[in-house]
Amino acid sequence: MTTTATLAAPPEPASARKSDTVTDLGAVAAAATTTPTVKARAAAAPAAPTARRRPAWLDTLGDCAAKILPPVVTMALLLGIWELASSQAGASLPPPSKVVADTRDLILHPFFDNGGNDVGMAWQLLASLERVLYGYSIAVVAGISLGVLVGQFALAMRGLDPVFQVLRTVPPLAWLPIALAGFRDGNPSAIFVIFITAVWPIIINTSIGIRNIPNDYRNVARVVRLNGIEYFWKIMMPAAAPYIFSGLRVGVGLSWLAIVAAEMLIGGVGIGFFIWDAWNSSRISDIVLALVYVGLVGFMLDRIVSWIGRWVARGSSVN
Amino acid sequence: MSQPFLELSLVSMAFKTRQGPFQALSDINLRVEKGEFVSLIGHSGCGKSTLLNIVAGLYRCTAGGVLLEGREVDQPGPDRAVVFQNHSLLPWLTAYENIELAVKKTSGGKRGKAQIREWILHNLKLVQMDHAMTKRPEELSGGMKQRIGIARALAMEPKVLLMDEPFGALDALTRARLQDELLRIVADTGSTVMMVTHDVDEAVLLSDRVVMMTNGPAATIGEILEVNLARPRNRLALATDARYLSARKAVLEFLYQKQLKAA
Repeated sequence: MTTTATLAAPPEPASARKSDTVTDLGAVAAAATTTPTVKARAAAAPAAPTARRRPAWLDTLGDCAAKILPPVVTMALLLGIWELASSQAGASLPPPSKVVADTRDLILHPFFDNGGNDVGMAWQLLASLERVLYGYSIAVVAGISLGVLVGQFALAMRGLDPVFQVLRTVPPLAWLPIALAGFRDGNPSAIFVIFITAVWPIIINTSIGIRNIPNDYRNVARVVRLNGIEYFWKIMMPAAAPYIFSGLRVGVGLSWLAIVAAEMLIGGVGIGFFIWDAWNSSRISDIVLALVYVGLVGFMLDRIVSWIGRWVARGSSVN
Repeated sequence: MSQPFLELSLVSMAFKTRQGPFQALSDINLRVEKGEFVSLIGHSGCGKSTLLNIVAGLYRCTAGGVLLEGREVDQPGPDRAVVFQNHSLLPWLTAYENIELAVKKTSGGKRGKAQIREWILHNLKLVQMDHAMTKRPEELSGGMKQRIGIARALAMEPKVLLMDEPFGALDALTRARLQDELLRIVADTGSTVMMVTHDVDEAVLLSDRVVMMTNGPAATIGEILEVNLARPRNRLALATDARYLSARKAVLEFLYQKQLKAA
């Protein structure tokens, strides 16, 4: 279990900490225009109005700049280095300018459909997302159920935990041949691979969350005589929610990792297949574009689960 | 002699440990009358909380038994509501919802929706926390949380109110205020109370009887002191009252002479 402890760390109270950082950055940006000494003196002595009279919109602008500028600068730097490196004679990868030029049609027309596998990027992504949705949903239901079982009952823990610990180390793609043999079809096999990839962190985090429910809460439930179902909804789920959602976040990230690899092998439609197809016809720029989309969608999935987690678990991580 | 309200007879408790069984409590006999306030006092580790948990039904004693109104205690229940030392409020529920969880479950259909609300508000008012009903525990001070914990326990209409060092985690001033409040609430509701404490003044001020426990292992009741002070009791008036001082001295002597424990 020790190896999984890092997965199980409950999410930090992000809202509080983030807002701190933002204000700090804002203060830094504000301080950049006035010297720190002037600012300190202004705060101490109210008789120095020039340093303090600063319109509110300027502060807001400073806040925004402090948030947006660093990633923009980083991106520009990375793109610049890439452009320089790939513009050398004999470079094997296209520079960003060429990628954009090559993939103009794909970027501008994400929803075209020429039949068969020749469809726009949006359709490819949606096909992948649909598989992830099915596989991940099954993983959520099965993972939380098994996690509750293992977390709540010592006997189930002793019986199942060793199996889980071994199976969760099997790489996602190693399941694909077994799945293909079992389902005799690509699509359910890909969904199965998503499921089997995402389910382990959900099981393990849920069970840790359940085991970490303070004894006091259990005692309250016993004194009030909550029945099993009431205990599950009113104590167990809210108390373990921060752990469960950190498992769900890890799970959704892993399933997005796995779908691309699985689709490369099963073919058909999907962003993974698109990448493999592009490689087979040497459309390197298309691959680069697909990677950008894969990254953005993965980031969005993570944000969505994290946002739902914060909304559901509001209050329960604080004791 | 009539049947006692709450009766502990020959209660013993042994815990399994790696070094073999550990006898925590042995042969404890105690009778508590209806409306009585009894406190359990003893050095830490003497098993007073264990005894309270046995009465609560959270632990099963390994020998002997507990009878409440002639019925054996074999599981926890709202008729023996507990005020826990660290409040044990559910952090994701508001003060009102915390009490509601207990009331909805323990009213057992004998109250309608409006009556449940009325009863929760009544109990919040009893502990003077009706102004904070929509607050979550994290927004409340330690003393306020403990008030809600008391309201939650009282709202279950327990036959016996069990309190496990209810004010142990509070600062001295807040503790004194809550003790005074508890005196008033107990007078208003006529509750039967069993309270674990390690505070001599608290025990004497609040109790009708102070049950003093010997040190473990195999802790048992050493002495029982009757506190014959009229109610309502006033902390300031009692500070110089000879009977109060002698009761206090008796408990101190028991703890620091007869049961002196190498710290």
